[in-house]
Amino acid sequence: MPSNWSDRTELKGKAMQALTALACLIIIAIVAIIIGNIVTYGAGKLSWEFLSEPPRDHFTKGGIFPAIFGTAALVILMTIAVIPLGVATAIYMHEYAPKRSRLVHFVRLAIQNLAGVPAIVFGLFGVGFFIEFVGRGIDRGLYGGSLVYGQPAIIWSALTMALLTLPTVVVATEEALRAIPANYREVAYSLGATRWQMIWRVVLPQSAGGILTGGILAVSRGSGEVAPVMFTGAAYSLPELPVRLHNQFMELGYHVYVMSTQAFDVEATKPALYSTVLVLLMLTFLLNFTGIMIRARIRKRLRDGR
Amino acid sequence: MRNRCVVLMLVSALAVALSGCGRGPDSGEQHRPVTVKGSDTMVILAQSWAENYMKEHPGLTIQVTGGGSGVGIAALINGGTDICNASRPMKPAEKNQVRSRHGKDVKEIPVALDGLAIYVSESNPIQSLTEPQIKSIYTGKITNWRELGGKDARLVAYGRENSSGTYQFFKEHVLNNEDFAREVQTLPGTGAIVNAVSKDPASIGYGGIAYASGIRVVPVRKDEKSEAVSPSLATVKTGQYPLSRNLFFYTIGEPSGDVKSFIDWVLDREGQKLCEAVGYYPIIQK
Amino acid sequence: MRSSGVLPYHSEVMPLPKLQRIGILSDRFAAFIIKGSAFVAILSLILIFVFIGKEALPVLTSPEVRSEASLSRLFLPQVHHAGEAAEFSWQPISDVPKYSLFPLFIGTLKVTLIAALIAIPLAVAAALYTSEFAPSWARETIKPCIEVLAGIPSVVVGFFCLMVIASWLQGAFGWTYRLNALTAGIGLSLAVIPIVYTVSEDAFSSVPQAFREGSIAMGASSWQTASRVVLPAAMPGVLAACILGFGRAIGETMIVLMASGNAAVLSWSPVDSIRTFSATVAAELGELVQGSPHYHVLFFIGAFLFLLTFVINLIGRWWVGRLQKKLQGAF
Repeated sequence: MPSNWSDRTELKGKAMQALTALACLIIIAIVAIIIGNIVTYGAGKLSWEFLSEPPRDHFTKGGIFPAIFGTAALVILMTIAVIPLGVATAIYMHEYAPKRSRLVHFVRLAIQNLAGVPAIVFGLFGVGFFIEFVGRGIDRGLYGGSLVYGQPAIIWSALTMALLTLPTVVVATEEALRAIPANYREVAYSLGATRWQMIWRVVLPQSAGGILTGGILAVSRGSGEVAPVMFTGAAYSLPELPVRLHNQFMELGYHVYVMSTQAFDVEATKPALYSTVLVLLMLTFLLNFTGIMIRARIRKRLRDGR
Repeated sequence: MRNRCVVLMLVSALAVALSGCGRGPDSGEQHRPVTVKGSDTMVILAQSWAENYMKEHPGLTIQVTGGGSGVGIAALINGGTDICNASRPMKPAEKNQVRSRHGKDVKEIPVALDGLAIYVSESNPIQSLTEPQIKSIYTGKITNWRELGGKDARLVAYGRENSSGTYQFFKEHVLNNEDFAREVQTLPGTGAIVNAVSKDPASIGYGGIAYASGIRVVPVRKDEKSEAVSPSLATVKTGQYPLSRNLFFYTIGEPSGDVKSFIDWVLDREGQKLCEAVGYYPIIQK
Repeated sequence: MRSSGVLPYHSEVMPLPKLQRIGILSDRFAAFIIKGSAFVAILSLILIFVFIGKEALPVLTSPEVRSEASLSRLFLPQVHHAGEAAEFSWQPISDVPKYSLFPLFIGTLKVTLIAALIAIPLAVAAALYTSEFAPSWARETIKPCIEVLAGIPSVVVGFFCLMVIASWLQGAFGWTYRLNALTAGIGLSLAVIPIVYTVSEDAFSSVPQAFREGSIAMGASSWQTASRVVLPAAMPGVLAACILGFGRAIGETMIVLMASGNAAVLSWSPVDSIRTFSATVAAELGELVQGSPHYHVLFFIGAFLFLLTFVINLIGRWWVGRLQKKLQGAF
């Protein structure tokens, strides 16, 4: 075999390897550019004042506190709805259901497909079901027809987001449940515990870390998605903070969208816009980072043995 | 210990949730917020009105949302707003829908005047445009600035979404109800149009006169023989500027209570003075 | 009495002490609540379909809606003005409302293809590098980077496209339209890369090490092993990754809403503006009068999106399952 044949093959192989490495570099570069751009233009306006004051002068002055408050309120309501539901579903699938049950198969299918449904479809559902059906029903039943819940409100946005993030919580909880060794459960039973006692006192405390991860990842997604809240409750400029379940609210992501497409003077609000984006980004990263750290620690504990 | 923590968390979360449980609109001392929804053209004006009115009347809140006249009208029909901002008159079909759903007729209240301006980039030298020319641009028949005596550059036309009153007004009065060309870029707000036109030297856009900054406003001629007119208080008030229009408030039936006081204030001297501050023109001069 | 735990209770033999009775009752109660909650998951999926389908149905059934927007009007070219050729046009607010879905379909297709063409080669190559060639320090850098990219909210990506990429591209290439399918496609690819990368990387990792060892033992180089042994073995997983990426791209709303120009232009050029299904729903949902034909057509689009992504995800997951079975069955 002529020596240059194998040289050429080797060269070609090395070149292709380099190409794949280049792909990685491109991706890293893109991420760096985006974050760099936002930090550069956004850090300028960032200050305690920006974070704690309401906007003034059509968003060219003042801060974005109502948007931060609204996002936080939305996320808290969403968590109250999604954690119990998601954890219960995961517990059912893992602890209660018979091993080869068709039902479990369907529930798992449902969860996986909920994860793929586009966010705007959730928005449509939120408008069509929560606002028009449930909301108007509540209005007719409790308020004699006047419009209270049959319109965009923070509770409907929170419930829509809870549906959106349900798969995240279920998957994270199931992962945590699977990590608990079987003999923990067997020991509990052998000591006379009922199934619920075993879950409440052994399984849940052990899986708390995984549930927390799921919750944090859900919150991170919930604070960033805009399409589901656009028509179910978010508003651009509100004089008051949302203190009632039927209030509308300002939200960071929605605010970025409206400010960058419909603001009065896009150039003048550009600094505030960039800073809002930076705040949103920092919030989601902080949450993501915390969730991933906790998950890594749990997995490490698993690998190293208990 | 851990259990107690969990219980404590749940209880406090429940407390937060319950405290938020609304009892609905409070009656008596506290006022229900007044909602104003609709036109993007009017949203800045409405916000100014709301801010100033709330300063004089603490305890009352006025909530202003944009989205387009279509959004406001839909909300009015659905019963979701007290006042609808519209930069175009409501169509008879829409008025009928309000009547059939709520049993009352709409009340149409003109609250300000606007000149629908034609924006071009600051570097664009075009002297004036006739209404037929503008129509040809937006129906796709003129596609190059060369045809208007300018450089050889492909024309990019920006417009609003179909929910916008400005879109409707433009369509009716400038396009004579013909459809916009498919290539017209649809942007969600006048601010976005101004921003896009300012960045794009071969572009053209339309929107309320109050938004015009960073771009050039082109004087408009009614036809070949007329004089070119720029939008200003004088030309819009007398109708000399061809694209003058009314900006409206709509309510279901006669306004009453807080809504009525607000509208009266808007039509009074103080409210009308704010029009000019924002960049529009007052409808009633006192 | 049915026992709810692993061990049988002695309640058949003698009455139980109070504490144990409470334990059993709370156990039953808890089981009831938990089973009920699990049903909510399926129920919500069914509910979504039912409600969106319910609001979309009048397009097929109600005569009033069909006079404006029947199925034929949605899919076939219409003659709108006497004497002109039949055309596809989306102009729902008009004296003659036009509801053709075809321009929206072409727009969605264009931007999804552009995003896929950019994202899939990049992500699969990066996944291959990470799992086959990368030293561990590189692996520790790339994976978090991808997670960071996945964590960026789509509204921020759309913002970046609108503010930075659009101007930069127009400055560099002088295109007519600043906001077009290519700009939106680039932004969309940023949202697709993480999912394609993650699933591909999982697929490559699950190829048993023995495959690689055997290949090297026969004298193959690193690249030859990767391209001729690992990649083909993991192919179902890679295809699943592509499919899932596609699904994500089709449903993405915010990026296209902000960066694509939203003009329902019917053309194959990548630098023309487009209007996608999801952006149309997002842009027009606000102005809907309940019960109008426009309202029902938007829900029809929503139902269509739901079904499409449902099917895509089903296929994707099925392929991943097949990959796992195939690789596990190798021994």
